[in-house]
Amino acid sequence: MNLLEKLDAAAAARIAMLPTGVGAFGIPIEEVYSATEARIGDRRVLLLGTNNYLGLTFAPECLEAAHEAIDEEGTGTTGSRMANGSYFGHRALEKEFAAFYQCSSGMVFTTGYQANLGTISGLVGQGDTVLIDGDSHASIYDGCILSGADIIRFKHNDMADLEKRLRRLGNRTETTLIIAEGIYSMLGDQAPLAEIVELKKKYGCFLLLDEAHSLGVLGETGQGLVEKTGLLKEVDFITGTFSKSLCSIGGYCVSNHPQLEQLRFVSHPYIFTASPSPATIASTRAALELLRNGTELRDQLWKNSLQLYTQLEETGYKLGPDPGPVISAMVESPQQALALWQGLLDHDIYVNLILPPAAPEGKSLVRCSVNAAHTTEQMKYVGDTFAKLKQEILN
Amino acid sequence: MTASNYDEIMQLLCDRLSDLTLSEVEITPESNLIGQLSIDSIKLLNLIMEIEDTFDISVPINALADVQTVRDLVDLIYKIKSAS
Ligand SMILES: Cc1ncc(COP(=O)(O)O)c(C=O)c1O
Repeated sequence: MNLLEKLDAAAAARIAMLPTGVGAFGIPIEEVYSATEARIGDRRVLLLGTNNYLGLTFAPECLEAAHEAIDEEGTGTTGSRMANGSYFGHRALEKEFAAFYQCSSGMVFTTGYQANLGTISGLVGQGDTVLIDGDSHASIYDGCILSGADIIRFKHNDMADLEKRLRRLGNRTETTLIIAEGIYSMLGDQAPLAEIVELKKKYGCFLLLDEAHSLGVLGETGQGLVEKTGLLKEVDFITGTFSKSLCSIGGYCVSNHPQLEQLRFVSHPYIFTASPSPATIASTRAALELLRNGTELRDQLWKNSLQLYTQLEETGYKLGPDPGPVISAMVESPQQALALWQGLLDHDIYVNLILPPAAPEGKSLVRCSVNAAHTTEQMKYVGDTFAKLKQEILN
Repeated sequence: MTASNYDEIMQLLCDRLSDLTLSEVEITPESNLIGQLSIDSIKLLNLIMEIEDTFDISVPINALADVQTVRDLVDLIYKIKSAS
């Protein structure tokens, strides 16, 4: 098979799995009306499949900051952080992230994907070991592969399994990095951070936590799982993204280890890419301010999340174990998932369809992401529609 | 269990693979895991976790880059087990 034939074979396998469902991926959103509504085809739909947890995509403070930056600094930096792409705003945002996490160092990356790639591949290398949760995001896997370190997976959130693998490492644990996530994006469940920290200390290794989905969502000021659990000081490196609760694009890493600064000189995903545009940085800075003072937004987000989670659970849907803004209904087959996804869209509700191998353990998921801008009535409409479709499609 | 003998590892792996594969083809040391036995990357990763527990070893998943056939996988496990 030549290169193109291999792609054809992959396309054929995808179509064979779900002949009518191919359009479900990368569906075009024609117009965006607000944090909760958009047009898909000729339908005005309720957006329930975005990562816009605090509903800040149209926050006036962020829009204004972005407009001002574009007028004053132009559309792009046209260069890398290492060369001409470190503006005042990039450095300011790094300081603001470090201060937000009470850490000594902060780095900004061009995407959250690159934050993981750049941090992991900067911290570990050949001969070192990464111990990663089996359900880790692709950016974590890819960062580990780029690093050249030995990659060992532990069973998702299974602490006995993690300990077994740590024990097998013997005296290699001092060059071992454990990696976990605050909230896992597929089922919305949280890492057992206290137990991970305990094991990290017992075996003398390091810990990186990706707060991509938990930033703005967990903790009094929205730091994430580190704040909810009071374990901020015990986590060596925290990464995250601007692309979810902060409503822009970019990523960060913060740490109290001054050695983090060295990554600026060795981390290819940091060095060999253009820095985020001025407008991106400006809106992110404004959003971070709203996020840390956003107790009311978080309260609303959790109220909405619990309302929908409870209704779906009562209706008999099998959900992830932890209630929260990521609510995934697990169904029997890709075909059922597609039918449910399509049924929701036919009722003007957009959610995410997630099929194997993206979903863990061969599951098929219909995933809702709730946000703070949703209303109680909208949550009820979604819950009622799920209930109706369960009768029509799944029974 | 401590099947550190090469043939025992081969036998054990062939048994597990025959449970996992959807394909009817006979499993031999030269069988290609992906091409002939349809063991996709997720199945392979889960099989590695099982193997780690069975032999009480760590098999880094990056070492799988060089593994194409059943024999490659047995060689890798044997090498790690012998060194541990
Ligand atoms: C856990 C996790 N880490 C990292 C990322 C990457 O973030 P970004 O979209 O900013 O590249 C994502 C987003 O999909 C994620 O879910």
